[in-house]
Amino acid sequence: VENVRLLDRLSSRRAVVGTLYLTATHVIFVENGSETRKETWVLHSQISSIEKQATTATGCPLLIRCKNFQVIQLVIPQERDCHDIYISLIRLARPVKYEELYCFSFNPKLDKEEREQGWKLVDLKEEYNRMGVPNNHWQISDVNRDYGVCDSYPTEVYVPKSATAHIIVGSSKFRSRRRFPALSYYCKGNNASICRSSQPLSGFSARCLEDEQMLQAIRKANPGSDFLYVVDTRPKLNAMANRAAGKGYENEDNYSNIKFQFIGIENIHVMRNSLQKMLEVCELKSPSMSDFLWGLENSGWLKHIKAIMDAGIFIAKAVAEEGVSVLVHCSDGWDRTAQVCSVASLLLDPYYRTMKGFMVLIEKDWVSFGHKFNHRYGNLDGDPKEISPVIDQFIECVWQLMEQFPCAFEFNERFLIHIQHHIYSCQFGNFLCNSQKERRELKIKERTYSLWAHLWKNRADYLNPLYRSDYSQSQGTLHPQVAPCNFLYKFWSGMYNRFEKGLHPRQSVTDYLMAVKEETQQLEEELEVLQERLANLQKSQSGNNKVKSKQQDQSKQFGLYTSNNSLANTPQEYSNDLKSFPSRSPSQGDEDSALILTQDNLKSSDPDLSANSDQESGVEDLSCRSPSGGGCLPSEDSGKDSDEAVFLAG
Amino acid sequence: MEFAELIKTPRADNVVLHRPFHPAVEGTLCLTGHHLIFSSRRHDNAEELWLLHSNIDSIDKRFVGSLGTIVIKCKDLRIIQLDIPGMEECLNIASSIEALSTLDSVTLMYPFFYRPMFEVLEDGWSSFLLEQEFELLSSVTDEWRLSCVNKEFSVCPSYPAVVIVPKAIDDEALRKVALFRQGGRFPVLSYYHKKNGMAMLRSSQPLTGTNGRRCKEDEKLVNATLRSGRRGFVIDTRPLPVAQQARAKGGGFEQEVHYPQWRRIHKYIERFNILQESFIKLVEACNDQSHNMDRWLSKLEASNWLTHIKELLTAACLAAQCIDREGASVLVHGSEGTDSTLQVTSLAQIILDPRCRTIHGFEALIVREWLQAGHPFQQRCAQSAYSNSKQKWEAPVFLLFLECVWQIHRQFPCSFEFNEHFLLLLFEHAYASQFGTFLGNNENERAKLKLPQKTMSLWSWVNRPEELNRFQNPLYEANNLVIWPSVAPQSLQLWEGVFLRWNRSSRFLEEAEKERISIIKYNKELQAKVNALRRRLAELE
Repeated sequence: VENVRLLDRLSSRRAVVGTLYLTATHVIFVENGSETRKETWVLHSQISSIEKQATTATGCPLLIRCKNFQVIQLVIPQERDCHDIYISLIRLARPVKYEELYCFSFNPKLDKEEREQGWKLVDLKEEYNRMGVPNNHWQISDVNRDYGVCDSYPTEVYVPKSATAHIIVGSSKFRSRRRFPALSYYCKGNNASICRSSQPLSGFSARCLEDEQMLQAIRKANPGSDFLYVVDTRPKLNAMANRAAGKGYENEDNYSNIKFQFIGIENIHVMRNSLQKMLEVCELKSPSMSDFLWGLENSGWLKHIKAIMDAGIFIAKAVAEEGVSVLVHCSDGWDRTAQVCSVASLLLDPYYRTMKGFMVLIEKDWVSFGHKFNHRYGNLDGDPKEISPVIDQFIECVWQLMEQFPCAFEFNERFLIHIQHHIYSCQFGNFLCNSQKERRELKIKERTYSLWAHLWKNRADYLNPLYRSDYSQSQGTLHPQVAPCNFLYKFWSGMYNRFEKGLHPRQSVTDYLMAVKEETQQLEEELEVLQERLANLQKSQSGNNKVKSKQQDQSKQFGLYTSNNSLANTPQEYSNDLKSFPSRSPSQGDEDSALILTQDNLKSSDPDLSANSDQESGVEDLSCRSPSGGGCLPSEDSGKDSDEAVFLAG
Repeated sequence: MEFAELIKTPRADNVVLHRPFHPAVEGTLCLTGHHLIFSSRRHDNAEELWLLHSNIDSIDKRFVGSLGTIVIKCKDLRIIQLDIPGMEECLNIASSIEALSTLDSVTLMYPFFYRPMFEVLEDGWSSFLLEQEFELLSSVTDEWRLSCVNKEFSVCPSYPAVVIVPKAIDDEALRKVALFRQGGRFPVLSYYHKKNGMAMLRSSQPLTGTNGRRCKEDEKLVNATLRSGRRGFVIDTRPLPVAQQARAKGGGFEQEVHYPQWRRIHKYIERFNILQESFIKLVEACNDQSHNMDRWLSKLEASNWLTHIKELLTAACLAAQCIDREGASVLVHGSEGTDSTLQVTSLAQIILDPRCRTIHGFEALIVREWLQAGHPFQQRCAQSAYSNSKQKWEAPVFLLFLECVWQIHRQFPCSFEFNEHFLLLLFEHAYASQFGTFLGNNENERAKLKLPQKTMSLWSWVNRPEELNRFQNPLYEANNLVIWPSVAPQSLQLWEGVFLRWNRSSRFLEEAEKERISIIKYNKELQAKVNALRRRLAELE
């Protein structure tokens, strides 16, 4: 469709005219601007909702909201076209079969061997070995080898040595969806462990001997401690309500030597609504400070983040300081349990704060234990009530920790944002389906590529320049400040407003330091070469002209990065009073507005950070565009667009 | 008066000091005329805490048996607690501190007693003279002149002795204009934008009153700053209704009929007690120990502090936009022209002028736009967020300005030569200092107090290389462009360095800062080494 206008959410003045294309996998908007022809690519799988708004004189507005928090506002001249696009997108954004997803057509031009290598990058068996299991107390059980006991668990589960197959199967029958207690994290230093399961089917009074034996076995696998924490991450009221349905929580009287604890993290429906409310705040047009803070508070989002973090802190403390093992569950043990176990692991073990370790952590606590990626993130058309930002919350917890411990993580914010992006993009096979079983049936590893290999290949872009493995915060357990700490939890505009670059710091300290470090490395190399040459020269005193000219070429590169750092942007709409003043448009481009943001520094990085698209095409999208843009339209929206001819393209 | 009279108990032993994030320490407490000194010699590391009495904002005492406890709340927002055995000692100490921290005579303040232990390389009192500023200006334009009309401080008591005004306006006219502006603050040059020759002026409100008085000289002066055919903007920092009400009290605003080339824009920048209350509420929220997330956010919201930040930044950006983008001259004023006016003109310069983002340039800006321009520091910074005095003239106007600079700094972390510590330093010294820089309310008072002769300037100390080092931003790369900050709520954050400074552990953030410095330092060292080697090689070859 031609003559479509793409509106800038922050300013109605900045709109660009271009052509809209629909392909099998993407929505593509190409600007008309003669020189650059900026492109915006949006994967169909990223689309979370499409809204057709009332037709106005200028055309028919279409609002596309994406799962990576991009909001695209289009105005399409003809209503008929708009309707067609709307209908097509609704269908395209909600595939019904896995085979329709992008990862099955995405081809990064790697050969079979490279693909297989990629899938081998993260190996959970290796990870459990790293933790120190199997050992005297823990072993791999093959009880679930054909998914016969629990279809949402992996085939290989780690359980206490003293838990026989009989006990495991017995316990599984007493647990919701048969998700019996299994090892999530083992602390080599003191034998304490974190295990996870679903809620027991205790109802008001039911008991199960095997389940009691199972918990006993977990406790005994930690000889240093005489009790076991059982952490129910739900609010007490929710857990009690479950008893009426024959589910519930452990009765301290029935289990010997357990300490039972509720944590009070809300369920997926509350979280979904909370995010919804927060996004509404983010979408407000020029909100006042009060609107924003009030909306943020009202959404409850940060409160929920803190609840998850507090649970993780509690468990990490139990394991590291008290040396007590913990069993964690919620209802089904695949949402809140995954959040809490992974936060606790991250706090406990510096390995998970490295890039590789973080991939392993997600693979361990989320992918392998059957977090329902397909349902939660709506990859296939399904029940909207199943959708909830569960892993988004975990990712945000990591970011909040990064803010408090700037040197403790090997990776940077961009790494988190890209992982979030790809959880929804379906470009890689890692997060498809709801369980390992389904993924095996679909032959994911043979038919799609692994995100981890892709991220690992580009790891230079994801490094935290401040990471120092020898700093205290990079070692041992992290101790986030507990009280009073509300003010430490902040709104993450880098994530939720990530496509409104105008809102972010104009210069990125991370990118700057990364550039400096890169230059440092080059200097180190050059220094070595120079020293060698000097030594040679002194030895022979004979000239070597070839080397010399080469060196000079190299030296020209130095200092280049600095020039990219002079940045500015155009003013925002600071006042309405100026509009009526018969003068030049305030955003008329001059040399200040030509160079915007740190994009120049980012060029080397993965284009899909900002381009939100197939990284093979390497195209930029509107987020790369300077907020001023070259082609500013006059502020008044004239109706001339609607008169012009339109036709469908592609 | 002898300070000794006020000190009944100069020393107490076995005092226990409590601070957040520090273990309690036992030691000896001493009171001197200007300091509270706590020293502990336990373990091997002797630790001393020196607190200026003038830094103490409020003091509470309570008793449990014979053990007295004093809670001291400081103007830099720190709170410490001292447990003092013995009721009498405790009472004596508390009353001494109270008396010593509320001395009413300026000449008894510490700067008049302070003897520097460092060698003065350059006297800060004469580092920033308007004459030098004018010299720079005259190299690019001859439209302005230096006027000494105020040399006896008789035309305008809150102005410095010399001011920069349009060349076409003589001193006689200036005297007439002064009568037409509140407090005699006639329009003077605040900033000249070299790029397009536009000027920013500041003044106080015109005294139009209810009958619409006008002053031909004022109109002439203001118009003299316009290029032919150009227009200007008057940015009034009050909303229209307030400006209208001001007429009843003799004040007012520029009527467009009399200033046809000027367009008036009203912006609302809060001042005085509303600002002070906002400050108090915010500090209360930051010290709240409750664990509830909702309460924190609603208290932050209710304090309105960030709203004030947003409004002020918006007004400053608007002024900068008028000058740089609209190519118009700007006149900024509120009522008195000593508070919100200066906030706007100084922030606009930070945005427009890369020089103001250097350490020396920022110091010059503080001197020019705050000290010489007559911001009443002594009144505004008499008390901080813990005081109950509720005096109308107390308000964190300067702090609000510093926080806005910090907000811009956060958005452009590589464009400032100074770091956050420099802003913190200015905040601290504006409220309590061993230096005379921020004493007095204007140049007139400073001259009468003979501050340059009797006290040391903050700049004399800070501009020594060993001190400057601490305030340098390792990421700084000169950026000659205009920097436009975002004023969206998502882009503004609470200034943790001030408000949460004492309530959070900063160890990990300091480690990060150290790491940043060492990365850059190592890079520079390598660069130097490589360059040296290259030179040597070139010589040898």
